[in-house]
Amino acid sequence: MRYLPLTGEDRSAMLGKTGAPFIDALFDDVPTLARNAAFDLPPHAGELEVERHMARLARLNVAAGDKPFFCGAGAYRHHVPASVDHLIQRSEFLTSYTPYQPEIAQGTLQVLFEFQTQVAMLTGMEVANASLYDGSTASAEAVLMACRVTKRDRIVLSSTLHPHYAETIRTIAEPGGLTIATGAAQPGVSEDLASLIDDTTACVVIQTPDVFGTIHDLKPLADAAHKKGALLIAVFTEAVALGLIEPPGAMGADIVAGEGQSIGNGLNFGGPYVGLFATREKFLRQMPGRLAGQTVDADGRRGFVLTLSTREQHIRREKATSNICTNSGLCALAFSIHMSLLGETGLSRVARLCHLRACELADRLALISGVELVTPVFFNEFTLKLPKAAEVVVDGLVERGVLGGVPAARLYPHEPRFDNLLIVAATETNTDEDADAYAAMLKEVLGC
Amino acid sequence: MLNAQGRPTGTGETNRAVSRATISGHSGLDHEEPLLFEVGRRGVTGVDFTDVTLDNNRLGGMQRKAAIGLAGLTEPEAMRHYVRLSRKNASIDANLYPLGSCTMKHNPRLNEKMARLSGFSDIHPLQPIKTVKGAFDVIEELAIWLKTLTGMPAVAMSPKAGAHGELCGLLAIRAAIEASGETRTRILVPTSAHGTNPATASACGFSVEDIAGTRDGRVDVAAFKDKLGPDVAGVMITNPNTCGLFERNLLEIADAVHAVGGYLYCDGANFNAIVGRVRPGDLGVDAMHINLHKTFSTPHGGGGPGAGPVVFSERLAKFAPLPLLIHDANGFRIIEDMEQARLAGFTPFGRMCAFHGQMGMFVRALTYMLSHGGDGLRQVAEDAVLSANYILASLNDIMSAPFTGPCMHEALFDDSFLKNTGLTTLDIAKALIDEGFHPMTVYFPLVVHGAMLIEPTETESKETLDRFVAVMRALASDAKEGRKERFEAAPQFAPRRRLDETAAARKPVLRWYPDEQADVAKLEPAE
Repeated sequence: MRYLPLTGEDRSAMLGKTGAPFIDALFDDVPTLARNAAFDLPPHAGELEVERHMARLARLNVAAGDKPFFCGAGAYRHHVPASVDHLIQRSEFLTSYTPYQPEIAQGTLQVLFEFQTQVAMLTGMEVANASLYDGSTASAEAVLMACRVTKRDRIVLSSTLHPHYAETIRTIAEPGGLTIATGAAQPGVSEDLASLIDDTTACVVIQTPDVFGTIHDLKPLADAAHKKGALLIAVFTEAVALGLIEPPGAMGADIVAGEGQSIGNGLNFGGPYVGLFATREKFLRQMPGRLAGQTVDADGRRGFVLTLSTREQHIRREKATSNICTNSGLCALAFSIHMSLLGETGLSRVARLCHLRACELADRLALISGVELVTPVFFNEFTLKLPKAAEVVVDGLVERGVLGGVPAARLYPHEPRFDNLLIVAATETNTDEDADAYAAMLKEVLGC
Repeated sequence: MLNAQGRPTGTGETNRAVSRATISGHSGLDHEEPLLFEVGRRGVTGVDFTDVTLDNNRLGGMQRKAAIGLAGLTEPEAMRHYVRLSRKNASIDANLYPLGSCTMKHNPRLNEKMARLSGFSDIHPLQPIKTVKGAFDVIEELAIWLKTLTGMPAVAMSPKAGAHGELCGLLAIRAAIEASGETRTRILVPTSAHGTNPATASACGFSVEDIAGTRDGRVDVAAFKDKLGPDVAGVMITNPNTCGLFERNLLEIADAVHAVGGYLYCDGANFNAIVGRVRPGDLGVDAMHINLHKTFSTPHGGGGPGAGPVVFSERLAKFAPLPLLIHDANGFRIIEDMEQARLAGFTPFGRMCAFHGQMGMFVRALTYMLSHGGDGLRQVAEDAVLSANYILASLNDIMSAPFTGPCMHEALFDDSFLKNTGLTTLDIAKALIDEGFHPMTVYFPLVVHGAMLIEPTETESKETLDRFVAVMRALASDAKEGRKERFEAAPQFAPRRRLDETAAARKPVLRWYPDEQADVAKLEPAE
C-alpha cells in the first residue's frame, strides 16, 4: 500500500517493543461483538485505477467552463489566476494545521492577519475574523452574535435573503429560542423591513445585492434598526460587487457576513467556500471564530498569534461564542492571494467588467418578446420574467448547450408566482459569443 | 524596554547578541517578509483585465464613494511574498507533526489532482440535476462507504467540519425528542471531551453536565448512570476518547442512555483508530460525525476547510437535514425544501448550510477510500494504533503516562516527570521545535495535568518514529538533569522565538492600518 511506510519487519519489531503478542491484542478494549467486523468493500487500488474511476465520474458532469455559463444565486464563476492554485498547494500551507504553535506557523498567521485586513477594508468595517465555513453559516453566526450583543431574541429576516441562508439561520435560531419575522419576497422591490422592527428586535438581516440581484441602500434600514436598539446585519454572496458598490460599513451595518468564494475559489459544486465576517471593534469580544493578532517575540520582532481565544470553545466550553474549531483556512488563503493579485485596481476593473457584461446581457435578453427584466438595479446578476416556467426554459437551454441561470423555483419551491422567474449572472468570464449563444437559444426555446 | 522576565516589550528592541544580526535582516534561507500592505501598492495589479468605463450603469446610485485601500502585487511579487511566508510554517510534508487529536497524516496528492478535475471543481451547485450526475454519484458512493464503515443506515453529508457535524447530530436528536412530544433538556459530556462538545450542546439549547472520568481514563459509568433521568436528551462520548483510549464500557453506556429514552452521540474525531475494524453502529451509537480531514486525509490547509458528515441510526435517520439525495428508478432527485421532504416521508430538522456541503472534500475522501480499499483502511487503523503504542512503550520509562496501556491511535503523557525540574510541558514543546518536530498537542485533554498528546499516525516510517523517540528521550533526560537553558531559550531556530500572547490579547491589533488613515479615507476610488 503506497501510503503506508511500515514494513512487515517493522511491524513485528514495534509490536515486540509494545509487549503485545499480536496486533489484535491492542484492540482488546473493544467489546468482543464489535472487534472484528466484516466489511463489504473493494480492496485497495493503484493510482491508475482510482484515477480512471474518478475521471469517469467527473466526465458525467457538464463543467461550467465548457459551455456559455450564467448561473449565480450564491456561487459565481470568476477567473482565478493560475498562481493562486499553485501557491495554495505549497506543502507548508496545504499540509499544516491551525497555528497552535505560532513560532512555526508565522506563514499562516501573517496570511490570516492580512486576510482580516483585506476583509475589513472591503466591507468597510473595523475588524474581521480569520474566516468561517461559508456565507450561510457566517450569516447564522452573525444572528447569534447580535442576540448576544443586544440580549434580545427576535430577528427580522429580509425575504430576499438567499433562501438557503434563511433556512440555515432558522435552523440554528429556533433551538436557541429566537423568533423570526419576515415578509413576502418581491424581486426588484425594496421591502418595508423597518416596520417589522420593534423594541425586542435583536437584528435585521438583509442581503445586498439580494438573491434576485437587486442592490439595496442600507442606510435607512440601519437608522431604523439603531433607533430601536437593534443591529443591522448585511449579507452578501458576491464579494466582487464590493469592488464597485458602497460597502455595508459605510451604510451603517453593525455586522457583515458574506461569501468569499468568488475571489480565489472555484465553484466546487457548493463547497468548500469561505465565510467572511466583519464587525465593529466595540463588538469584538462577542465575535465568533479564530482571530490572528499582532505581537512581538522574545527578541522584539513583530510576529503573529491566535488571540482572544477566551471567547472560544477550547477554553470556554459551553460558554463559548461559537462551537467553531476548524474553519476555512486554505480558502481564506486563496481569497487573500487572489485579492492581493487584483489589488484595488484589479478588483475595481473586474467589478466594472462584470457589471458591463451583465448590463449588456440584460438589455439583450429583455429585447426578446415576452422576456422582462424585473430587477432594474443590479450588479452582475438580474432576474428575468419569462413567458413560461423557468425550469422548462433552463432545460431547453441545456439541451442547446447553454447553462442559462438558476430558476427562482429551485430556491422558492412554494412560491408558484416565481415559476417564470430566472436568475441570471454574468461575470468577466463571459464573452460576446456566450451572450450571442444565450440570446439565440433563448429565442429558440421560447419559440420566438 | 525589557519586562520583568527580561523580555522586550516593543518592536525593534532586542536582547539577542549583536553577532547574530545580518545586514539584510534575513537569516540565510529564512527571509523576513513585510506585510502585504508594506510591499504592495494601491495602483499595482497582477491581473490584466480590460479597463472598461461605465458610461451608464444600473447601480441605482450605489457606487462606492471612498477607496478601499487594498494593496496590489504583480505575479512575481506575489509568488515571493507567499513563498517566503510559506517557509515559516511547519508541515506534515516536511516532518512528523504529531498533533494529538488532529490526525496529521500524509495527504495523498492524487486526491488533490482528482478534486481539480473540471468535472468536479468547475460545476455549479444549482446547475440542472441532469448536468451533475457524476457529482451525485460521488456523494452517493462516499455515503455508501461511510455507512458501510460505520454500520449505520443513514448519513447527512452537508456539515462542513467536525463541530458543524456535532451541531447536526444534536439538532437531529433535538428534533426527534420534539417529535416524540417529550421534554429533555440535559446533555451529559465527559470532562475529557473536546471543547466543541459542550459548546455545541449549549448552542442547541441544552444544558450541559459534566461526567467525571475514572482513574483509568474512561467515563465513570457509575457517575454517568447517577446523572441519568427522563430529562436526559443524550450523552456525547468521544470514542476512542481524547486520552487515546477505547471506551470499553460503551455498550453499557449506550444501553443505559437508551433505557431512559436518550441518545448516544459519538464524537468521531478519532475514528481513524478503528476504521475498517470496528463499526460504531455495533456499539449502540445513534449519531456520529466523521472528520473527513482526519480519518480520510483531506488536507488540513492551515485550519480548514474540513468536512464533517454525520451518520445516523434508524431512530434518527428521518430527521437528517436538507438537502436529501434520492436515487430511484428515475435517477437522482434532490429534495431541497421541507415540504417536499415531508411528502417523501422525511422530517428534516432544517438545513446546515447553503448547497450540498464540501464537495471538494468529498472527492478527496472518496479517492482516499478507493486507494486504500477495505483492506488498506483496516491496515491504516492497525498501523496508527501500533505506532502510537510503540511511542508509548518507547517513552514510558522516562516520561510519565497517566494511564496504563495499550492506547489506541495516540499516546498520552502528563507532566509529572517534570516535577521539581522547574520546566513545563510548554518548555518541552518549544524545545521540540528546535529539534525540527512540530510539537504534540499540549495541555489537552484538560483532565490530565500538563498533558502531552502524541499522535504519530500510520504514515510515518519506523525510522522517523525512532528519531522522534530519541529526541524525546534526550529532552526528558536533560530536563531531569537540570539542563534548563536549552528549554528556556527555545525555540532558537524557528522563524520567531516565543511570542507574547498576553500582550496580543490585552491590546488586540487585528489588522493593519495605514500610517495616515485619514488620507486613505479621502482618496477617490481607484481610477
